[in-house]
Amino acid sequence: MTDVKNLEELFQSKIDAEQKIEPKDWMPEKYRKTLIRQISQHAHSEVVGMLPEGNWITRAPNLRRKAILLAKVQDEAGHGLYLYSACETLGVSREQTIDDLLSGKAKYSSIFNYPTLSWADIGAIGWLVDGAAIMNQVMLCRTSYGPYARAMVRICKEESFHQRQGYEIMAVLAKGTPEQKEMAQDALNRWWWPSLMMFGPTDANSPHSAESMKWKIKRQSNDELRQTFIDRTVQQAEVIGLSIPDPDLKWNEATQHYDWGTIDWTEFNNVVAGNGPCNKERLVARNKAHDEGAWVREAALAHAAKKAKRKAA
Amino acid sequence: MSQQDALFTYTLRQADDLLILSHRLSEWCGHGPVLEEDIALTNRALDHIGEARNLYTYAGQVEGKGRDEDALAYLRNERQFVNTKLVEQPNGDYAHTIVRSFLFDAYHLPLAEALTKSADAQLAAIAAKAVKEAQYHVKHSSDWLIRFGDGTEESHRRAQEALDNLWTYSGDLFVMDAVHQDFVKAGIAPDLTKIKAAFDATVDRVLAEATLKRPADGFMATGGRQGKHSEHLGFILAEMQYLQRAYPGAEW
Repeated sequence: MTDVKNLEELFQSKIDAEQKIEPKDWMPEKYRKTLIRQISQHAHSEVVGMLPEGNWITRAPNLRRKAILLAKVQDEAGHGLYLYSACETLGVSREQTIDDLLSGKAKYSSIFNYPTLSWADIGAIGWLVDGAAIMNQVMLCRTSYGPYARAMVRICKEESFHQRQGYEIMAVLAKGTPEQKEMAQDALNRWWWPSLMMFGPTDANSPHSAESMKWKIKRQSNDELRQTFIDRTVQQAEVIGLSIPDPDLKWNEATQHYDWGTIDWTEFNNVVAGNGPCNKERLVARNKAHDEGAWVREAALAHAAKKAKRKAA
Repeated sequence: MSQQDALFTYTLRQADDLLILSHRLSEWCGHGPVLEEDIALTNRALDHIGEARNLYTYAGQVEGKGRDEDALAYLRNERQFVNTKLVEQPNGDYAHTIVRSFLFDAYHLPLAEALTKSADAQLAAIAAKAVKEAQYHVKHSSDWLIRFGDGTEESHRRAQEALDNLWTYSGDLFVMDAVHQDFVKAGIAPDLTKIKAAFDATVDRVLAEATLKRPADGFMATGGRQGKHSEHLGFILAEMQYLQRAYPGAEW
Protein backbone atom coordinates (compact mmCIF):
# COMPACT_ATOMS: atom_id res chain seq x y z
CA MET A 1 0.00 0.00 0.00
CA THR A 2 2.78 2.41 0.91
CA ASP A 3 4.53 1.42 -2.31
CA VAL A 4 1.59 2.56 -4.38
CA LYS A 5 1.39 5.73 -2.35
CA ASN A 6 5.06 6.44 -3.04
CA LEU A 7 4.56 5.75 -6.71
CA GLU A 8 1.61 8.09 -6.80
CA GLU A 9 3.63 10.80 -5.12
CA LEU A 10 6.48 10.33 -7.53
CA PHE A 11 4.03 10.41 -10.45
CA GLN A 12 2.40 13.61 -9.23
CA SER A 13 5.77 15.23 -8.56
CA LYS A 14 6.81 14.52 -12.14
CA ILE A 15 3.61 16.10 -13.38
CA ASP A 16 4.04 19.09 -11.13
CA ALA A 17 7.59 19.48 -12.48
CA GLU A 18 6.16 19.50 -16.05
CA GLN A 19 7.85 16.24 -16.98
CA LYS A 20 6.05 14.08 -19.54
CA ILE A 21 4.71 10.68 -18.56
CA GLU A 22 5.89 8.05 -21.06
CA PRO A 23 4.32 4.65 -21.89
CA LYS A 24 6.69 2.61 -19.71
CA ASP A 25 6.41 4.89 -16.66
CA TRP A 26 4.25 3.88 -13.75
CA MET A 27 0.88 5.64 -13.79
CA PRO A 28 -2.28 5.36 -11.70
CA GLU A 29 -4.79 3.03 -13.30
CA LYS A 30 -7.32 5.82 -13.41
CA TYR A 31 -4.92 8.10 -15.28
CA ARG A 32 -4.41 5.35 -17.85
CA LYS A 33 -8.15 4.73 -18.17
CA THR A 34 -8.95 8.42 -18.47
CA LEU A 35 -6.40 8.78 -21.24
CA ILE A 36 -7.64 5.72 -23.10
CA ARG A 37 -11.17 7.09 -22.95
CA GLN A 38 -10.14 10.54 -24.07
CA ILE A 39 -7.67 9.58 -26.81
CA SER A 40 -9.92 6.90 -28.26
CA GLN A 41 -12.87 9.31 -28.29
CA HIS A 42 -10.65 11.75 -30.09
CA ALA A 43 -9.56 9.09 -32.62
CA HIS A 44 -13.17 8.06 -33.24
CA SER A 45 -14.16 11.69 -33.71
CA GLU A 46 -11.56 12.04 -36.47
CA VAL A 47 -12.83 8.94 -38.23
CA VAL A 48 -16.56 9.61 -37.82
CA GLY A 49 -15.88 13.23 -38.76
CA MET A 50 -14.84 12.03 -42.20
CA LEU A 51 -18.48 11.17 -42.92
CA PRO A 52 -20.20 14.57 -42.80
CA GLU A 53 -17.34 16.14 -44.74
CA GLY A 54 -16.95 13.25 -47.16
CA ASN A 55 -20.63 13.83 -47.88
CA TRP A 56 -19.65 16.86 -50.02
CA ILE A 57 -16.51 15.67 -51.81
CA THR A 58 -18.38 14.44 -54.86
CA ARG A 59 -20.45 17.65 -54.92
CA ALA A 60 -17.71 20.21 -54.21
CA PRO A 61 -18.38 23.30 -56.33
CA ASN A 62 -15.08 23.44 -58.21
CA LEU A 63 -11.94 21.39 -58.71
CA ARG A 64 -9.83 23.45 -56.34
CA ARG A 65 -12.33 23.10 -53.50
CA LYS A 66 -12.71 19.41 -54.25
CA ALA A 67 -8.95 18.83 -54.01
CA ILE A 68 -8.71 20.83 -50.77
CA LEU A 69 -11.60 18.91 -49.21
CA LEU A 70 -10.14 15.56 -50.26
CA ALA A 71 -6.82 16.52 -48.69
CA LYS A 72 -8.58 17.65 -45.54
CA VAL A 73 -10.55 14.46 -45.09
CA GLN A 74 -7.36 12.52 -45.76
CA ASP A 75 -5.71 14.48 -42.93
CA GLU A 76 -8.53 13.44 -40.59
CA ALA A 77 -7.91 9.78 -41.42
CA GLY A 78 -4.22 10.34 -40.65
CA HIS A 79 -5.10 11.93 -37.30
CA GLY A 80 -7.26 8.92 -36.52
CA LEU A 81 -4.27 6.67 -37.20
CA TYR A 82 -1.83 8.56 -34.94
CA LEU A 83 -4.39 8.67 -32.17
CA TYR A 84 -5.19 4.95 -32.37
CA SER A 85 -1.43 4.41 -32.15
CA ALA A 86 -1.17 6.70 -29.12
CA CYS A 87 -3.93 4.60 -27.55
CA GLU A 88 -1.98 1.42 -28.24
CA THR A 89 0.89 2.78 -26.12
CA LEU A 90 -1.54 2.54 -23.19
CA GLY A 91 -2.12 -1.14 -23.79
CA VAL A 92 -5.33 -1.33 -25.82
CA SER A 93 -5.29 -2.66 -29.37
CA ARG A 94 -6.73 -0.73 -32.28
CA GLU A 95 -9.19 -3.57 -32.94
CA GLN A 96 -10.54 -3.38 -29.39
CA THR A 97 -10.80 0.39 -29.54
CA ILE A 98 -12.63 0.26 -32.87
CA ASP A 99 -14.95 -2.50 -31.67
CA ASP A 100 -16.02 -0.22 -28.83
CA LEU A 101 -16.94 2.47 -31.35
CA LEU A 102 -18.85 0.04 -33.55
CA SER A 103 -20.83 -1.42 -30.66
CA GLY A 104 -21.81 2.08 -29.53
CA LYS A 105 -19.95 1.69 -26.24
CA ALA A 106 -17.37 4.37 -26.98
CA LYS A 107 -18.34 7.96 -27.66
CA TYR A 108 -17.10 10.39 -30.28
CA SER A 109 -17.64 14.12 -30.58
CA SER A 110 -21.38 14.74 -30.79
CA ILE A 111 -20.85 17.49 -33.32
CA PHE A 112 -20.54 14.85 -36.05
CA ASN A 113 -24.08 13.75 -35.39
CA TYR A 114 -25.28 16.88 -37.16
CA PRO A 115 -25.86 16.68 -40.93
CA THR A 116 -24.04 18.67 -43.61
CA LEU A 117 -26.96 20.08 -45.59
CA SER A 118 -25.28 22.57 -47.89
CA TRP A 119 -21.83 23.39 -49.22
CA ALA A 120 -21.60 26.18 -46.64
CA ASP A 121 -21.62 23.51 -43.93
CA ILE A 122 -18.18 22.46 -45.13
CA GLY A 123 -17.06 26.02 -44.49
CA ALA A 124 -18.80 26.11 -41.12
CA ILE A 125 -17.22 22.84 -40.02
CA GLY A 126 -13.74 24.08 -40.87
CA TRP A 127 -14.25 27.47 -39.31
CA LEU A 128 -16.28 26.59 -36.22
CA VAL A 129 -15.84 22.89 -35.54
CA ASP A 130 -12.13 22.74 -36.32
CA GLY A 131 -11.79 26.15 -34.68
CA ALA A 132 -13.35 24.84 -31.46
CA ALA A 133 -11.34 21.62 -31.66
CA ILE A 134 -8.11 23.61 -31.98
CA MET A 135 -8.77 25.43 -28.70
CA ASN A 136 -8.72 22.06 -27.00
CA GLN A 137 -5.90 20.66 -29.08
CA VAL A 138 -3.52 23.56 -28.54
CA MET A 139 -3.95 22.95 -24.83
CA LEU A 140 -3.36 19.23 -25.38
CA CYS A 141 0.03 19.89 -27.02
CA ARG A 142 1.13 20.45 -23.41
CA THR A 143 -0.79 17.54 -21.91
CA SER A 144 1.13 15.39 -19.44
CA TYR A 145 1.12 12.15 -21.46
CA GLY A 146 4.04 12.27 -23.92
CA PRO A 147 2.69 10.32 -26.92
CA TYR A 148 -0.61 12.22 -26.82
CA ALA A 149 1.13 15.59 -26.57
CA ARG A 150 3.42 14.79 -29.50
CA ALA A 151 0.59 13.50 -31.71
CA MET A 152 -1.26 16.69 -30.92
CA VAL A 153 1.56 18.98 -32.07
CA ARG A 154 1.33 17.52 -35.54
CA ILE A 155 -2.46 17.45 -35.57
CA CYS A 156 -2.67 21.09 -34.50
CA LYS A 157 -0.64 22.28 -37.46
CA GLU A 158 -3.00 20.59 -39.88
CA GLU A 159 -6.13 21.63 -38.01
CA SER A 160 -5.23 25.28 -38.02
CA PHE A 161 -4.83 25.01 -41.78
CA HIS A 162 -8.30 23.45 -41.98
CA GLN A 163 -9.74 26.21 -39.87
CA ARG A 164 -8.40 28.86 -42.24
CA GLN A 165 -9.73 26.98 -45.26
CA GLY A 166 -13.18 26.74 -43.68
CA TYR A 167 -13.18 30.42 -42.86
CA GLU A 168 -12.15 31.22 -46.42
CA ILE A 169 -15.07 29.17 -47.79
CA MET A 170 -17.42 31.19 -45.57
CA ALA A 171 -15.81 34.49 -46.53
CA VAL A 172 -16.23 33.77 -50.25
CA LEU A 173 -19.87 32.75 -49.77
CA ALA A 174 -20.60 35.77 -47.57
CA LYS A 175 -19.50 38.14 -50.30
CA GLY A 176 -21.08 36.07 -53.08
CA THR A 177 -24.62 36.11 -54.47
CA PRO A 178 -27.58 36.65 -52.09
CA GLU A 179 -28.26 32.89 -52.20
CA GLN A 180 -24.68 32.14 -51.24
CA LYS A 181 -24.74 34.59 -48.37
CA GLU A 182 -27.98 33.05 -47.14
CA MET A 183 -26.38 29.62 -47.36
CA ALA A 184 -23.44 30.83 -45.24
CA GLN A 185 -25.67 32.49 -42.64
CA ASP A 186 -27.88 29.41 -42.41
CA ALA A 187 -24.83 27.21 -41.84
CA LEU A 188 -23.57 29.53 -39.10
CA ASN A 189 -27.03 29.48 -37.49
CA ARG A 190 -27.11 25.71 -37.42
CA TRP A 191 -23.47 25.08 -36.35
CA TRP A 192 -22.94 27.86 -33.81
CA TRP A 193 -24.58 26.32 -30.73
CA PRO A 194 -23.44 22.75 -31.38
CA SER A 195 -19.89 24.14 -31.73
CA LEU A 196 -20.13 25.77 -28.31
CA MET A 197 -21.35 22.45 -26.91
CA MET A 198 -18.11 20.85 -28.13
CA PHE A 199 -16.32 22.27 -25.09
CA GLY A 200 -18.41 20.02 -22.90
CA PRO A 201 -20.52 20.72 -19.82
CA THR A 202 -19.99 23.85 -17.75
CA ASP A 203 -17.19 23.61 -15.21
CA ALA A 204 -19.74 23.20 -12.42
CA ASN A 205 -21.16 20.12 -14.15
CA SER A 206 -18.02 18.54 -15.57
CA PRO A 207 -17.51 15.24 -13.74
CA HIS A 208 -13.96 14.39 -14.85
CA SER A 209 -12.45 17.84 -14.85
CA ALA A 210 -10.85 18.27 -11.41
CA GLU A 211 -8.76 15.12 -11.62
CA SER A 212 -7.78 15.78 -15.24
CA MET A 213 -6.59 19.23 -14.26
CA LYS A 214 -4.58 17.87 -11.35
CA TRP A 215 -2.93 15.35 -13.69
CA LYS A 216 -2.46 18.05 -16.32
CA ILE A 217 -4.21 15.95 -18.91
CA LYS A 218 -6.34 19.03 -19.21
CA ARG A 219 -4.89 22.44 -18.49
CA GLN A 220 -7.75 24.87 -19.04
CA SER A 221 -11.36 24.49 -18.04
CA ASN A 222 -14.25 23.94 -20.47
CA ASP A 223 -15.69 27.37 -19.72
CA GLU A 224 -12.36 29.16 -20.20
CA LEU A 225 -11.78 27.54 -23.57
CA ARG A 226 -15.36 28.21 -24.66
CA GLN A 227 -15.06 31.89 -23.79
CA THR A 228 -11.79 32.27 -25.69
CA PHE A 229 -13.41 30.64 -28.71
CA ILE A 230 -16.42 32.95 -28.57
CA ASP A 231 -14.31 36.09 -28.21
CA ARG A 232 -12.24 35.14 -31.20
CA THR A 233 -15.02 33.88 -33.45
CA VAL A 234 -17.41 36.80 -32.95
CA GLN A 235 -14.81 39.10 -34.41
CA GLN A 236 -14.17 36.78 -37.34
CA ALA A 237 -17.91 36.71 -38.11
CA GLU A 238 -18.03 40.51 -38.08
CA VAL A 239 -15.18 40.75 -40.58
CA ILE A 240 -17.11 38.73 -43.16
CA GLY A 241 -20.50 40.25 -42.36
CA LEU A 242 -22.28 37.25 -40.83
CA SER A 243 -24.28 37.43 -37.60
CA ILE A 244 -23.86 35.10 -34.65
CA PRO A 245 -27.29 33.63 -33.80
CA ASP A 246 -27.34 34.76 -30.17
CA PRO A 247 -29.51 37.78 -29.21
CA ASP A 248 -27.74 38.01 -25.84
CA LEU A 249 -24.30 38.39 -27.33
CA LYS A 250 -22.75 41.66 -26.15
CA TRP A 251 -19.25 42.99 -25.51
CA ASN A 252 -18.60 43.47 -21.80
CA GLU A 253 -16.14 46.29 -21.21
CA ALA A 254 -15.59 45.32 -17.58
CA THR A 255 -14.64 41.67 -18.22
CA GLN A 256 -13.12 42.34 -21.66
CA HIS A 257 -15.09 39.35 -22.92
CA TYR A 258 -18.35 38.81 -24.75
CA ASP A 259 -21.38 38.03 -22.64
CA TRP A 260 -23.52 35.47 -24.37
CA GLY A 261 -26.74 33.45 -24.05
CA THR A 262 -27.42 29.98 -22.70
CA ILE A 263 -26.65 26.63 -24.25
CA ASP A 264 -29.62 24.32 -24.65
CA TRP A 265 -28.28 21.49 -22.48
CA THR A 266 -31.36 19.39 -23.18
CA GLU A 267 -30.30 19.23 -26.82
CA PHE A 268 -26.72 18.47 -25.78
CA ASN A 269 -27.78 15.60 -23.52
CA ASN A 270 -30.11 14.26 -26.16
CA VAL A 271 -27.42 14.10 -28.83
CA VAL A 272 -24.93 12.52 -26.39
CA ALA A 273 -27.60 9.97 -25.49
CA GLY A 274 -27.86 8.93 -29.15
CA ASN A 275 -30.81 11.02 -30.29
CA GLY A 276 -29.05 13.52 -32.53
CA PRO A 277 -30.04 13.94 -36.16
CA CYS A 278 -27.40 11.51 -37.49
CA ASN A 279 -26.26 9.29 -34.59
CA LYS A 280 -27.79 6.20 -36.16
CA GLU A 281 -26.52 6.93 -39.66
CA ARG A 282 -22.97 7.49 -38.48
CA LEU A 283 -22.76 4.19 -36.63
CA VAL A 284 -24.49 2.34 -39.44
CA ALA A 285 -21.96 3.76 -41.91
CA ARG A 286 -18.97 2.81 -39.74
CA ASN A 287 -20.32 -0.69 -39.15
CA LYS A 288 -21.08 -1.18 -42.82
CA ALA A 289 -17.54 -0.16 -43.80
CA HIS A 290 -16.13 -2.47 -41.15
CA ASP A 291 -18.31 -5.46 -42.08
CA GLU A 292 -17.87 -5.07 -45.82
CA GLY A 293 -14.13 -4.67 -45.32
CA ALA A 294 -13.79 -7.86 -43.28
CA TRP A 295 -12.92 -10.06 -46.26
CA VAL A 296 -10.35 -7.49 -47.43
CA ARG A 297 -8.57 -7.51 -44.07
CA GLU A 298 -8.74 -11.31 -43.91
CA ALA A 299 -7.25 -11.58 -47.40
CA ALA A 300 -4.37 -9.28 -46.45
CA LEU A 301 -3.62 -11.37 -43.35
CA ALA A 302 -3.90 -14.66 -45.22
CA HIS A 303 -1.59 -13.47 -47.98
CA ALA A 304 0.95 -12.13 -45.47
CA ALA A 305 0.93 -15.47 -43.63
CA LYS A 306 1.40 -17.45 -46.86
CA LYS A 307 4.19 -15.16 -47.94
CA ALA A 308 5.99 -15.53 -44.60
CA LYS A 309 5.61 -19.31 -44.81
CA ARG A 310 7.01 -19.41 -48.36
CA LYS A 311 9.94 -17.28 -47.25
CA ALA A 312 10.66 -19.57 -44.33
CA ALA A 313 10.47 -22.71 -46.50
CA MET B 1 -10.62 18.40 -87.57
CA SER B 2 -7.98 21.08 -87.17
CA GLN B 3 -4.76 20.33 -85.33
CA GLN B 4 -5.95 22.58 -82.51
CA ASP B 5 -9.30 20.78 -82.17
CA ALA B 6 -7.55 17.45 -82.20
CA LEU B 7 -5.10 18.48 -79.47
CA PHE B 8 -8.00 19.80 -77.42
CA THR B 9 -9.87 16.50 -77.76
CA TYR B 10 -6.79 14.42 -77.05
CA THR B 11 -6.03 16.37 -73.86
CA LEU B 12 -9.64 16.17 -72.73
CA ARG B 13 -9.69 12.39 -73.12
CA GLN B 14 -6.95 12.05 -70.58
CA ALA B 15 -8.34 14.69 -68.24
CA ASP B 16 -11.83 13.13 -68.28
CA ASP B 17 -10.44 9.67 -67.46
CA LEU B 18 -8.61 11.08 -64.46
CA LEU B 19 -11.47 13.23 -63.17
CA ILE B 20 -14.08 10.50 -63.39
CA LEU B 21 -11.81 7.90 -61.79
CA SER B 22 -10.96 10.40 -59.06
CA HIS B 23 -14.67 10.93 -58.48
CA ARG B 24 -15.29 7.21 -58.11
CA LEU B 25 -12.35 6.77 -55.72
CA SER B 26 -13.46 9.72 -53.63
CA GLU B 27 -16.84 8.03 -53.11
CA TRP B 28 -14.97 5.62 -50.81
CA CYS B 29 -13.82 8.38 -48.49
CA GLY B 30 -14.79 7.41 -44.94
CA HIS B 31 -16.07 4.00 -46.05
CA GLY B 32 -12.83 2.13 -46.78
CA PRO B 33 -12.14 -1.41 -45.53
CA VAL B 34 -9.34 -0.18 -43.25
CA LEU B 35 -8.18 3.30 -42.31
CA GLU B 36 -4.92 2.98 -44.26
CA GLU B 37 -6.96 2.38 -47.43
CA ASP B 38 -9.08 5.46 -46.79
CA ILE B 39 -5.80 7.33 -46.86
CA ALA B 40 -4.47 5.48 -49.92
CA LEU B 41 -7.66 6.00 -51.94
CA THR B 42 -7.94 9.69 -51.12
CA ASN B 43 -4.29 9.97 -52.04
CA ARG B 44 -4.95 8.43 -55.44
CA ALA B 45 -8.06 10.55 -55.92
CA LEU B 46 -5.92 13.61 -55.20
CA ASP B 47 -3.20 12.56 -57.64
CA HIS B 48 -5.76 11.98 -60.37
CA ILE B 49 -7.56 15.25 -59.80
CA GLY B 50 -4.25 17.10 -59.71
CA GLU B 51 -3.23 15.74 -63.10
CA ALA B 52 -6.74 16.32 -64.46
CA ARG B 53 -6.61 19.97 -63.42
CA ASN B 54 -3.33 20.51 -65.27
CA LEU B 55 -4.79 18.87 -68.36
CA TYR B 56 -8.07 20.80 -68.27
CA THR B 57 -6.25 24.07 -67.88
CA TYR B 58 -4.08 23.21 -70.85
CA ALA B 59 -7.06 22.01 -72.91
CA GLY B 60 -8.78 25.33 -72.22
CA GLN B 61 -5.71 27.23 -73.43
CA VAL B 62 -5.47 25.10 -76.57
CA GLU B 63 -9.13 25.66 -77.34
CA GLY B 64 -8.74 29.40 -76.85
CA LYS B 65 -12.37 30.14 -75.99
CA GLY B 66 -11.76 31.19 -72.41
CA ARG B 67 -12.88 27.96 -70.78
CA ASP B 68 -11.00 27.19 -67.57
CA GLU B 69 -10.67 23.88 -65.68
CA ASP B 70 -14.04 24.31 -64.00
CA ALA B 71 -15.91 25.25 -67.18
CA LEU B 72 -14.60 22.05 -68.74
CA ALA B 73 -15.29 19.83 -65.74
CA TYR B 74 -18.62 21.27 -64.63
CA LEU B 75 -20.33 22.63 -67.69
CA ARG B 76 -20.16 19.84 -70.23
CA ASN B 77 -22.81 17.13 -70.63
CA GLU B 78 -22.58 13.35 -70.86
CA ARG B 79 -22.09 13.28 -74.62
CA GLN B 80 -19.24 15.79 -74.39
CA PHE B 81 -17.26 13.75 -71.88
CA VAL B 82 -14.69 11.55 -73.60
CA ASN B 83 -13.47 9.31 -70.78
CA THR B 84 -13.34 5.55 -71.14
CA LYS B 85 -16.26 3.48 -69.96
CA LEU B 86 -13.88 1.72 -67.58
CA VAL B 87 -13.42 4.63 -65.17
CA GLU B 88 -17.13 5.41 -64.83
CA GLN B 89 -18.02 1.88 -63.68
CA PRO B 90 -19.41 1.80 -60.12
CA ASN B 91 -17.15 0.99 -57.17
CA GLY B 92 -18.80 -2.34 -56.40
CA ASP B 93 -16.91 -4.27 -53.75
CA TYR B 94 -13.28 -3.51 -52.97
CA ALA B 95 -12.15 -6.07 -55.55
CA HIS B 96 -14.00 -4.20 -58.31
CA THR B 97 -12.51 -0.91 -57.16
CA ILE B 98 -9.00 -2.35 -57.13
CA VAL B 99 -9.34 -4.12 -60.48
CA ARG B 100 -10.77 -1.01 -62.14
CA SER B 101 -7.80 1.00 -60.88
CA PHE B 102 -5.33 -1.75 -61.74
CA LEU B 103 -6.48 -1.89 -65.38
CA PHE B 104 -6.29 1.87 -65.59
CA ASP B 105 -2.91 2.07 -63.84
CA ALA B 106 -1.38 -0.58 -66.09
CA TYR B 107 -2.30 1.69 -69.03
CA HIS B 108 -1.68 5.05 -67.39
CA LEU B 109 1.94 4.45 -66.32
CA PRO B 110 3.33 3.51 -69.77
CA LEU B 111 1.19 6.26 -71.31
CA ALA B 112 2.63 8.87 -68.94
CA GLU B 113 6.15 7.56 -69.55
CA ALA B 114 5.68 7.77 -73.32
CA LEU B 115 4.12 11.22 -73.12
CA THR B 116 7.19 12.59 -71.35
CA LYS B 117 8.74 12.39 -74.85
CA SER B 118 5.78 14.04 -76.59
CA ALA B 119 6.47 16.69 -79.21
CA ASP B 120 3.99 18.81 -77.30
CA ALA B 121 6.03 20.38 -74.50
CA GLN B 122 3.09 21.01 -72.18
CA LEU B 123 1.75 17.45 -72.40
CA ALA B 124 5.29 16.20 -71.80
CA ALA B 125 5.67 18.39 -68.72
CA ILE B 126 2.32 17.28 -67.25
CA ALA B 127 3.20 13.64 -67.88
CA ALA B 128 6.63 14.03 -66.29
CA LYS B 129 4.93 15.17 -63.11
CA ALA B 130 2.52 12.23 -63.19
CA VAL B 131 5.02 9.40 -63.77
CA LYS B 132 6.13 9.02 -60.18
CA GLU B 133 2.56 9.00 -58.92
CA ALA B 134 1.57 6.50 -61.59
CA GLN B 135 4.37 4.16 -60.45
CA TYR B 136 2.96 4.22 -56.94
CA HIS B 137 -0.56 3.62 -58.29
CA VAL B 138 0.51 0.48 -60.14
CA LYS B 139 2.22 -0.77 -57.03
CA HIS B 140 -0.79 -0.07 -54.82
CA SER B 141 -3.36 -1.76 -57.05
CA SER B 142 -1.03 -4.67 -57.96
CA ASP B 143 -0.22 -5.35 -54.32
CA TRP B 144 -3.90 -5.58 -53.48
CA LEU B 145 -4.74 -7.71 -56.48
CA ILE B 146 -1.99 -10.13 -55.44
CA ARG B 147 -3.27 -10.14 -51.87
CA PHE B 148 -6.75 -10.92 -53.11
CA GLY B 149 -5.69 -13.60 -55.57
CA ASP B 150 -3.34 -15.25 -53.10
CA GLY B 151 -5.37 -14.47 -49.94
CA THR B 152 -8.52 -16.38 -49.06
CA GLU B 153 -10.90 -18.38 -51.20
CA GLU B 154 -13.42 -15.54 -50.96
CA SER B 155 -10.95 -12.83 -51.95
CA HIS B 156 -9.74 -14.94 -54.87
CA ARG B 157 -13.29 -15.47 -56.10
CA ARG B 158 -14.16 -11.78 -55.73
CA ALA B 159 -11.02 -10.67 -57.58
CA GLN B 160 -11.65 -13.09 -60.44
CA GLU B 161 -15.27 -11.94 -60.72
CA ALA B 162 -14.18 -8.32 -60.80
CA LEU B 163 -11.65 -9.06 -63.53
CA ASP B 164 -14.22 -10.97 -65.56
CA ASN B 165 -16.77 -8.17 -65.16
CA LEU B 166 -14.46 -5.25 -65.92
CA TRP B 167 -12.23 -6.70 -68.61
CA THR B 168 -14.64 -5.76 -71.40
CA TYR B 169 -14.16 -2.09 -70.51
CA SER B 170 -10.38 -2.23 -70.84
CA GLY B 171 -10.71 -2.11 -74.63
CA ASP B 172 -11.77 1.53 -74.49
CA LEU B 173 -8.28 2.44 -73.27
CA PHE B 174 -6.68 1.36 -76.54
CA VAL B 175 -9.04 2.70 -79.20
CA MET B 176 -6.99 4.33 -81.95
CA ASP B 177 -9.28 6.56 -83.98
CA ALA B 178 -8.37 9.24 -86.54
CA VAL B 179 -7.67 11.84 -83.84
CA HIS B 180 -5.21 9.55 -82.23
CA GLN B 181 -3.56 8.35 -85.48
CA ASP B 182 -2.81 11.92 -86.51
CA PHE B 183 -1.11 12.58 -83.21
CA VAL B 184 1.00 9.50 -83.43
CA LYS B 185 2.25 10.75 -86.80
CA ALA B 186 2.98 14.18 -85.35
CA GLY B 187 4.90 12.68 -82.43
CA ILE B 188 2.48 14.12 -79.90
CA ALA B 189 0.82 10.91 -78.72
CA PRO B 190 2.28 7.44 -78.38
CA ASP B 191 1.16 4.53 -80.52
CA LEU B 192 -1.39 2.76 -78.33
CA THR B 193 -0.32 -0.67 -79.57
CA LYS B 194 2.96 -0.02 -77.72
CA ILE B 195 1.09 1.04 -74.61
CA LYS B 196 -1.04 -2.08 -74.95
CA ALA B 197 2.09 -4.24 -75.00
CA ALA B 198 3.29 -2.68 -71.74
CA PHE B 199 -0.22 -3.07 -70.29
CA ASP B 200 -0.27 -6.76 -71.28
CA ALA B 201 3.11 -7.34 -69.66
CA THR B 202 2.01 -5.78 -66.37
CA VAL B 203 -1.31 -7.60 -66.39
CA ASP B 204 0.31 -10.96 -67.11
CA ARG B 205 2.99 -10.49 -64.47
CA VAL B 206 0.58 -9.44 -61.74
CA LEU B 207 -2.13 -11.97 -62.57
CA ALA B 208 0.44 -14.77 -62.55
CA GLU B 209 1.57 -13.79 -59.07
CA ALA B 210 -2.03 -13.40 -57.97
CA THR B 211 -2.91 -16.81 -59.47
CA LEU B 212 -5.82 -15.15 -61.31
CA LYS B 213 -6.92 -15.96 -64.85
CA ARG B 214 -6.70 -13.37 -67.55
CA PRO B 215 -10.12 -13.12 -69.23
CA ALA B 216 -10.24 -13.69 -72.99
CA ASP B 217 -10.25 -10.57 -75.15
CA GLY B 218 -13.76 -11.04 -76.45
CA PHE B 219 -16.24 -8.28 -77.10
CA MET B 220 -14.92 -4.95 -75.91
CA ALA B 221 -17.38 -2.33 -74.70
CA THR B 222 -15.95 0.76 -76.35
CA GLY B 223 -17.49 4.12 -77.22
CA GLY B 224 -16.39 6.34 -74.34
CA ARG B 225 -13.96 8.33 -76.50
CA GLN B 226 -16.89 9.29 -78.74
CA GLY B 227 -19.00 10.30 -75.77
CA LYS B 228 -21.12 7.15 -75.91
CA HIS B 229 -21.11 6.14 -72.28
CA SER B 230 -22.76 3.71 -69.93
CA GLU B 231 -25.75 5.02 -67.99
CA HIS B 232 -23.54 5.60 -64.96
CA LEU B 233 -21.84 8.74 -66.22
CA GLY B 234 -25.01 10.85 -66.20
CA PHE B 235 -25.45 10.30 -62.49
CA ILE B 236 -21.82 11.09 -61.75
CA LEU B 237 -22.17 14.40 -63.59
CA ALA B 238 -25.54 15.20 -62.03
CA GLU B 239 -23.94 14.89 -58.62
CA MET B 240 -20.63 16.51 -59.44
CA GLN B 241 -22.03 19.46 -61.37
CA TYR B 242 -25.00 20.21 -59.13
CA LEU B 243 -23.77 23.45 -57.52
CA GLN B 244 -22.37 24.92 -60.73
CA ARG B 245 -25.64 24.17 -62.52
CA ALA B 246 -27.89 25.39 -59.69
CA TYR B 247 -26.05 28.71 -59.23
CA PRO B 248 -24.76 29.71 -62.67
CA GLY B 249 -21.87 32.14 -62.60
CA ALA B 250 -21.36 32.06 -58.82
CA GLU B 251 -17.81 32.09 -57.46
CA TRP B 252 -16.92 29.50 -54.84
